[in-house]
Amino acid sequence: MVTTHTDRAYEAELQELRDKLLAMGGKVEAAIELSVRAVLEREQAIADKVKTDDREVNRLEVEIDSACRRLLALRQPAASDLRFITTALKIVTDLERMGDLAVNIAERGIDLSGAPPLPPQHRLARLAELSEAQLKKALDAFVSRDAAKAEEVMRGDDILDALYLEIFNDLLTLMMEDSRVIRRATALMFVAKHLERFGDHAINLAEMVVFMVRGTDVRHPRSREQA
Amino acid sequence: MSAAAPPKIRVEGLDAWFGETHAVRDVSLDVRPLSVLAVIGPSGCGKSTFLRCLNRMHELVPGGRATGKVTLDGEDLYARGVDPVSIRRRVGMVFQRPNPFPTMTIADNVSAGLRLNGWKGRLEEIVERCLRQAALWDEVKDRLHSPATSLSGGQQQRLCIARALAVEPEVLLMDEPASALDPIATARVEELMHELKARYTIVVVTHNMQQAARVSDQTAFFYMGELVEVGDTETIFTNPREQRTEDYVTGKFG
Amino acid sequence: MRSLLLRRIRNHLMTALCGLGVLLALAPLASLLWLVVSRGLPGLSLSFFTALPTPVGEPGGGVGNAVVGTGMLVSLACLLGLPLGVGAGVFLAERGDGLFGRTVRFTAEVFSGVPSIVVGIVAYGLVVVPMHHFSALAGALALALLMVPTLSRSTEELVRLVPGSLREASLALGVPQWKTSLRIVLRTARGGIVTAALLAVARAAGETAPLLFTTLNNQYWNLRPDQPTASLTVQIFNYAISPYEDWHQKAWSAALVLLLVVGGLNLLARIAMRNSLGSHR
Repeated sequence: MVTTHTDRAYEAELQELRDKLLAMGGKVEAAIELSVRAVLEREQAIADKVKTDDREVNRLEVEIDSACRRLLALRQPAASDLRFITTALKIVTDLERMGDLAVNIAERGIDLSGAPPLPPQHRLARLAELSEAQLKKALDAFVSRDAAKAEEVMRGDDILDALYLEIFNDLLTLMMEDSRVIRRATALMFVAKHLERFGDHAINLAEMVVFMVRGTDVRHPRSREQA
Repeated sequence: MSAAAPPKIRVEGLDAWFGETHAVRDVSLDVRPLSVLAVIGPSGCGKSTFLRCLNRMHELVPGGRATGKVTLDGEDLYARGVDPVSIRRRVGMVFQRPNPFPTMTIADNVSAGLRLNGWKGRLEEIVERCLRQAALWDEVKDRLHSPATSLSGGQQQRLCIARALAVEPEVLLMDEPASALDPIATARVEELMHELKARYTIVVVTHNMQQAARVSDQTAFFYMGELVEVGDTETIFTNPREQRTEDYVTGKFG
Repeated sequence: MRSLLLRRIRNHLMTALCGLGVLLALAPLASLLWLVVSRGLPGLSLSFFTALPTPVGEPGGGVGNAVVGTGMLVSLACLLGLPLGVGAGVFLAERGDGLFGRTVRFTAEVFSGVPSIVVGIVAYGLVVVPMHHFSALAGALALALLMVPTLSRSTEELVRLVPGSLREASLALGVPQWKTSLRIVLRTARGGIVTAALLAVARAAGETAPLLFTTLNNQYWNLRPDQPTASLTVQIFNYAISPYEDWHQKAWSAALVLLLVVGGLNLLARIAMRNSLGSHR
């Protein structure tokens, strides 16, 4: 954006909102990484840290919500500003859910503490990497207002889903072979499911970024065709 | 309302000058029947001049002239032999500041256009109908014969709207009709525009972008005498095509 | 705080000086009024307003014919001058920006500075010479010529005061320009124009010089505009320059009558002005 708002205070408020969203995104990124480590390394302390850090994410959600409300009420934003603020309102919910998913994953880590590892772990690590990369890319697209990058994120979901399905099947096979692993395998299954959901939220983010930049809604193409 | 309906007003290649100043530059747009078109833009962008070209009021200003084509239901307002006076009866106008005739009563103000044009007949019913249409009847029905100047600013503006309606125009031009009014009176006028659009085609010039967003179906953005963009109001305020429109509606200049 | 005290003293001093100035300006006016009233009142009676003048030495008699004559002169002058003056004023305000308008305005300005006796000569040349005798018409023409320039200028100013938005409102209703000027603009300025007209009439009623060799004078009742006619001002002039004491007394009384007429017109003008202001704002 070369031009800036005539009203400097307005410009500053928008910038502050942008900064807060990025800070929140960064915290969620860190949380997912930590939570997966808690699962893989069976480390209670790491899991606890994820839970305490999530309070910060929740606080930011409330702050961002109220900043958006204030901007909407006091500045009557239009066009790209309006799209930015409505996008912020939506992605803040996604980010908060992603934070919660990280907490859920960390809690599975606590359940598993002391238990020996199961084979699909390395794939789980890969799934975590991919999900985190999706979030990172979506946030980058948001910062640089890059719709093309956001669309890359949307396409990237297929690999994630495929990987999730593989892990799911592997764990299912393990459970059928040996009923003693059911408890551990179910926990890992939840972790995989959470990571897959995490990726879906990254997609939501990316879709909102496309809307924010282009002003066109790219969500649910099939259901809108029917309407 | 279908987009396929022929436009009520079609402007093609309109230019307007004040002496040497080229105030409106090659503007073309359509106004759909029974809709509200809002014209927005920074001060001096030619939006008021554009509005005044639609009922040939512009040429009354010293040095004011216009070229191009403005058609009302397909009839060229600027064709040779067209009487501007007859156009102004079909295209009414409401101004920025309420301007009721100070020497006349409320009722006489409403019927002024008819009486001055030599219309003979029962005026009471018309006065009541127009005051009702302008949402003023209940407030003034007991004092129709008090001076118009005894009304508040917002009431005076609605009286001016009633006065414009009395000559039964097809189009109503409004030049910043609420800029001299307080927020409540403004809301009344805006609500009134919603009601009037069932019977009239309205073109409104406004400085207030939120007002344009609230009252109009379509919005035209003028800048330095040019029409930058015209489109559905929702599009202009959520996702305009042109960068200059984007900058204006988000408050980046003007 | 010393400076505040000084400022107060200076303020009171200046206020006192202003008051003194007002008194100085009012003194001649008050003494004139006192003189006319005190000298004129003894000779005033009902018959003074109704009777014809009497020859020197004969008691009684009045200026009845002169009161009627002044009334006729002024009415005729209004008939000639008001439409012309107001019409020219409206024209100048609405269309007076061109060369023609500027010429008219300039002429009116020059005309309003011409001494009234010169206007009398003009009327003499235009009416008295072709008719071969003096007449009320000639005097009325002279008075009308005196009224037109000031009346047109004040009408122009008053019409220009009418907000352009009212003109626009009328034009936007599809009312033609000429009708807008007449029915909206002139009507809105009406109160002020009535005031200006009354003041012009009052001034005309007090003129003597242009009447001396146009209407001349008449010792009898006259209602024919083509005949010489008595007027208050000329009657006062004749009485005052005569060597007779009782005519001097009549001059004072007639002066008082004239003062009442002119004063009454001024009062009317004030009332008209107040009413017109009250109705629009």
